[in-house]
Amino acid sequence: MATKASKAAARLMISPAVLLLLGWMIAPLALTLYFSFLRYNLIMPGDNLFVGWENYYWFLTDPSFKAAMINTLVLVGGVLCVTVLGGIGFALLLEKPMFGQGIIRIMVIAPFFVMPTVSALIWKNMFMNPVNGIFGQIASGLGFAPIDFFGQFPLLSIIFIVSWQWLPFATLILLTALQSLDQEQLEAAEMDGASWLNRFRFIMLPHLARAITVVILIQTIFLLSTFAEILVTTNGGPGTATTNLTYLVYVSSLLQFDVGMGSAGGVIAIILANIVAIFLMRMIGKNLDA
Amino acid sequence: MGRIQLKQVKKSFGECTVIPPLDLAIEDGEFTVFVGPSGCGKSTLLRLIAGLEDTTSGMIEIDGTNATLLPPAKRGLAMVFQSYALYPHMSVRKNIAFPMKMAGVNEAEQTKRIYAAAKALNLTDYLDRKPGQLSGGQRQRVAIGRAIVREPTAFLFDEPLSNLDAALRVGMRLEISELHKRLKTTMIYVTHDQVEAMTMADKIVVLQAGGIEQVGSPLELYKTPRNRFVAGFIGSPKMNFIEGAEAAQHNAFAIGIRPEHIDVSITHGQWQATVGVAEHLGSDTFLHVHGVPGCDPMTVRGGGDIAVNHGDTVWLTPDPQHIHKFDAEGLRIK
Ligand SMILES: Nc1ncnc2c1ncn2[C@@H]1O[C@H](COP(=O)(O)OP(=O)(O)OP(=O)(O)O)[C@@H](O)[C@H]1O
Ligand SMILES: [Mg+2]
Repeated sequence: MATKASKAAARLMISPAVLLLLGWMIAPLALTLYFSFLRYNLIMPGDNLFVGWENYYWFLTDPSFKAAMINTLVLVGGVLCVTVLGGIGFALLLEKPMFGQGIIRIMVIAPFFVMPTVSALIWKNMFMNPVNGIFGQIASGLGFAPIDFFGQFPLLSIIFIVSWQWLPFATLILLTALQSLDQEQLEAAEMDGASWLNRFRFIMLPHLARAITVVILIQTIFLLSTFAEILVTTNGGPGTATTNLTYLVYVSSLLQFDVGMGSAGGVIAIILANIVAIFLMRMIGKNLDA
Repeated sequence: MGRIQLKQVKKSFGECTVIPPLDLAIEDGEFTVFVGPSGCGKSTLLRLIAGLEDTTSGMIEIDGTNATLLPPAKRGLAMVFQSYALYPHMSVRKNIAFPMKMAGVNEAEQTKRIYAAAKALNLTDYLDRKPGQLSGGQRQRVAIGRAIVREPTAFLFDEPLSNLDAALRVGMRLEISELHKRLKTTMIYVTHDQVEAMTMADKIVVLQAGGIEQVGSPLELYKTPRNRFVAGFIGSPKMNFIEGAEAAQHNAFAIGIRPEHIDVSITHGQWQATVGVAEHLGSDTFLHVHGVPGCDPMTVRGGGDIAVNHGDTVWLTPDPQHIHKFDAEGLRIK
């Protein structure tokens, strides 16, 4: 595959696939862009006038937009903190040989296979419900007032549920990274007089840096679009306490039937996601090269 | 000081006993080499001394104090691993500084010792590189540097040269020997290369299946091997063993004769034989000959200019002073 002719042939051969993929991506993106400049409300059928930046203006100045931005950042940041720290902890525990290791590992990985809607519903109804939930029962059994999680700590509760789902992913990646650490390095450090804490700090953590980068990058991309957990638990409320950007787009286009506004929100979300991606790549991408 | 004593030290992994109880004393300043075939427990024994494995029973004494239960860091020993085990994300300087940093040595002293070690090991130009940017020999020297700066009571080497090519191995072998002469610190060196063992050691410990076959100076082992295993293991090419009628003449079950102690002639001698393969090395010629009763093939060392080839007939005469006699159990008969 090195000659000019074979390269040209190769390009020709893969072009249908590339074109299909491109169309697949470009068509919805172009439509979204197009809609975002129209006054297009499903409740008021009409001629869908071209209104320029109007949709963007109203979306950005909407008070719930600011709340949604903050919520999105808190949600992503919170889940990242919990999963990275928890993932390191679990990986350290699971790496040690112990009784029933295989089963324990499978159990730790299991939440990842549960659908987001299902897990959110289970947490909402079976655990966090103040009347029927296990936490509520325990609290009343001990004589405390049960906590209404989604009423009092709505965003925290959602962070908790989403973290529960993503912890296995982080654990899995960090565990494999930890297992690839050369044991002789740890032994050498032990002979050099490093305590466990120092071995963790100077040997294990630098070794894990790359895996942590991967976890943060991948999770950020998925967490920016968290939706199902919010829909089935709080519906973005109370007020806008748990409305993130994705949910705000959903509210505009499918609850208020304003397709134009929703599209504008979608475009803004795409731009923000790209800014975050570039920012992350810049900040920690160096880790990947090393 | 660096006197290490093993008393009835035993190691089992679960059911499997890798090292049956053994006693061994390593004197201060001695260069001791553990040799033995692969899987005989050399590394395990070294790791027991280092404290990286727990003994199943028995006692390890370092400088007269019981160190059996001490963690590795408290034993005052430094180890150089076969894979070097350098810290890949740290520069050479940081690698060498690491043990001092852990011990809380102050910055000025650290810098002083780093430069001293780097100078001794020819690493001055590489201090700011990462291990990944060094050659095998340089990495090995960094690993040694990291061991030196701790000023340990003894050095432990686990096959440190086995990842290097032949030429570099000879060079590093000399460097380590020189280091020992200069520091006069106890060194324990594991290898399965018997040339390394013979050239470097003050004392060789020959191991087989976890047990000690013989302990002694290189020449002692060469001249008076205690049994057939040691006789066959020490010396290159291997000693020839002759069993049957020829051995019975010497009142032994088997006799052993080294290739260099057999005289080769094309006209006359004690045994007649046919040359199989002749390896002409220039300085020496190793002949693998067939037809000597009780030993086939027999290896013989002739001079560099001996002109024999495949299929030629030669006459062999063993030097009677260098015939080793062994009984049916394989033990040496005096
Ligand atoms: N962690 C372990 N669990 C069980 N058996 C082990 C363990 N470590 C070593 N062994 C066994 O102990 C024996 C001795 O191993 P060791 O590594 O000491 O050999 P060695 O003499 O260093 O060999 P080599 O020259 O190949 O390095 C081997 O049979 C090996 O299978
Ligand atoms: Mg070994």
